[in-house]
Amino acid sequence: MTEAPTDSLAIEAHHLTRRFGAQLAVDGVDLAIPRARIHGFLGPNGSGKTTTIRMLCGLLTPTSGEARVLGLRVPAEAEKLRLLIGYMTQRFSLYDDLTIRENLDFVAEVHSLARDERRARIDELLAEYRLGPRAAQRAGTLSGGQRQRLALAASLVHRPQLLFLDEPTSAVDPQSRREFWESLFRLVDAGTTILVSTHYMDEAERCHGLSILHEGVLVAHGTPRELMAGIAATVVEIEADDVRGARAALDPLPEVLSVAQLGTRLHALLDRDAPEPEARLRHALDEAGVAARVELAHASLEDVFVAATQRRAS
Amino acid sequence: MRATLGRVLAIARKEVRQLLRDRLTFAMVFGIPVMQLLLFGYAINQDVRHLRAAVADQAGTQSARLLAADAEASQVVDIVARVDTAAELESLLRRGRVAVGILIPPDFEERAARGDRPAAQLLVDGSDPILVQAARGLLDLPLRDAERAVPHAEAPRAFEFRPFYNPERRSAVQIVPGLIGVILTMTMTLFTAVAIVRERERGNLELLITTPVRTPELMVGKILPYMAIGLVQVTLILIVGSFLFRVPIRGAVVDIYAAGFVFVIATLGLGLFISTLAQTQFQAFQLTFFSFLPQILLSGFMFPFDGMPRTAQLFAEVFPLTHFVRIIRGILLRGASLADVFPEIWPLVAFFAASMALSVARFRKRLD
Repeated sequence: MTEAPTDSLAIEAHHLTRRFGAQLAVDGVDLAIPRARIHGFLGPNGSGKTTTIRMLCGLLTPTSGEARVLGLRVPAEAEKLRLLIGYMTQRFSLYDDLTIRENLDFVAEVHSLARDERRARIDELLAEYRLGPRAAQRAGTLSGGQRQRLALAASLVHRPQLLFLDEPTSAVDPQSRREFWESLFRLVDAGTTILVSTHYMDEAERCHGLSILHEGVLVAHGTPRELMAGIAATVVEIEADDVRGARAALDPLPEVLSVAQLGTRLHALLDRDAPEPEARLRHALDEAGVAARVELAHASLEDVFVAATQRRAS
Repeated sequence: MRATLGRVLAIARKEVRQLLRDRLTFAMVFGIPVMQLLLFGYAINQDVRHLRAAVADQAGTQSARLLAADAEASQVVDIVARVDTAAELESLLRRGRVAVGILIPPDFEERAARGDRPAAQLLVDGSDPILVQAARGLLDLPLRDAERAVPHAEAPRAFEFRPFYNPERRSAVQIVPGLIGVILTMTMTLFTAVAIVRERERGNLELLITTPVRTPELMVGKILPYMAIGLVQVTLILIVGSFLFRVPIRGAVVDIYAAGFVFVIATLGLGLFISTLAQTQFQAFQLTFFSFLPQILLSGFMFPFDGMPRTAQLFAEVFPLTHFVRIIRGILLRGASLADVFPEIWPLVAFFAASMALSVARFRKRLD
């Protein structure tokens, strides 16, 4: 892989670290995110996704390390950066007691959009995010999906080059989620860079690039395809009538990283360096007297995630 | 029975834990009683002495000087100014520089000799009932000759009593002007105290700090609507006060609004500062209440300023309400102009500037 020239990077971070008292929330994260791409932060709650995003927006001062966002140093040049970025917070941060149009008006005004431009831009956003018919409705009475579209529209009023989305789909049904992602791809086609945090695997798979965070540490990064191909584990599927018995036989084996049950099947991750994984498992199952079929399987993104976080724990 | 006790204790224990962690409430457990006690102890001093007084001695005789000295020796008044004419005395009264004027006319000796009526006049600011009461203490002062150290028993009374500005001594006249200040303090401080906190509590602050809005812009934008609301409240109280309670408006209406505006922005500044201190709306309410108490007790609205000890007076000089009570009584009751009460205006401006500066300094457009 060749190193991309710096000016084509939207976000560049070196050893970004943030400490809250004794707790290390983000620990030495390096990032290089190209422009006009959707980049995902994948990680469980408390893995440092939000803290990292806040540092990149200039809302939090890094304890150490440095970052350049759209070529600007943060937090030193955060005020300048604010004109160029949009930030959709995890919690709905618009005004519940204002209508959709009033909320968008407010955001447009604080971004100093001229009156004519403001009206045109808001009408455009209302149409794009199917909020037009509800423009006079108060934000507090909207459904999860509508609120999310409003929040996205509000973060786009000033046509930012870079959009931060912090778990944007956590309160949204699958249908709305799919539509939401389609609108994100339209933005990327128009040249916007998007950084999105999520703990949904299906969302992570849609990203151009991914960073997997675990306990504040960047444990894996690459495209979803690269990550799945380069998984540091062997994936094995076991089909058995006595699923619980099979699981009891596999769990104690030292090379088994994790076992997850999917209906009547077990999905196991094994250390990649362990020799003859299938034979080892069959042997263990035979000894336990469990009849089972064992076969190798393709890694999913979830496997990548589990392997990356499990190895760190051990 | 045992289970009930256990549950009660569980709740009590939890409550104590939370209380210990809520530093503000915890501080109020001790702070409010101590503060109230100190304030009431200081402020409720009906035995008012050392009223500021001015003397216009137009007689210039030995016994006239004796009379002034006797008045001061009674400790009811402190003579802080000496002027020549009755007009100057009245001007000092109107501007609130003195509470009592002692007028000794040119024909003082003749009047004293005739003895048919008091030889000198006591001009008293009637806008504060307790002051009037205190000044009446001087009425018992007998007239005495230069030769005799001790006055004879049937010596005539020295002073004729002339209360100014509220001759009928109606309490509404005394209370309503100060009430404008009290009501504004309460509403203005409370409105703005919750202003920033509400944004924080509802999560809107996360949105605001990512926008290009600058901190001073946020602060001024927050208080701007309340400036107008404050002036509406001034109007309301004036209308009700003058129609229902027949409170006189002797000064210029434009002066009232100008002074009211300066006072409103000072209280808004206080509220905004509270807003940067509090983490929740409830804390903002608590802090507002906390700041309200000393203002109402020490401002001179409830108890006369002159009756308070020096330390309490110095402390009270910080509060906007203290200055506004003086301003508004001056304008409404004594017909003072804005220029007359200017020494009370600039502390309000200074208070506003300081509270805004502190609020801006305390507010961070960051989350750390």
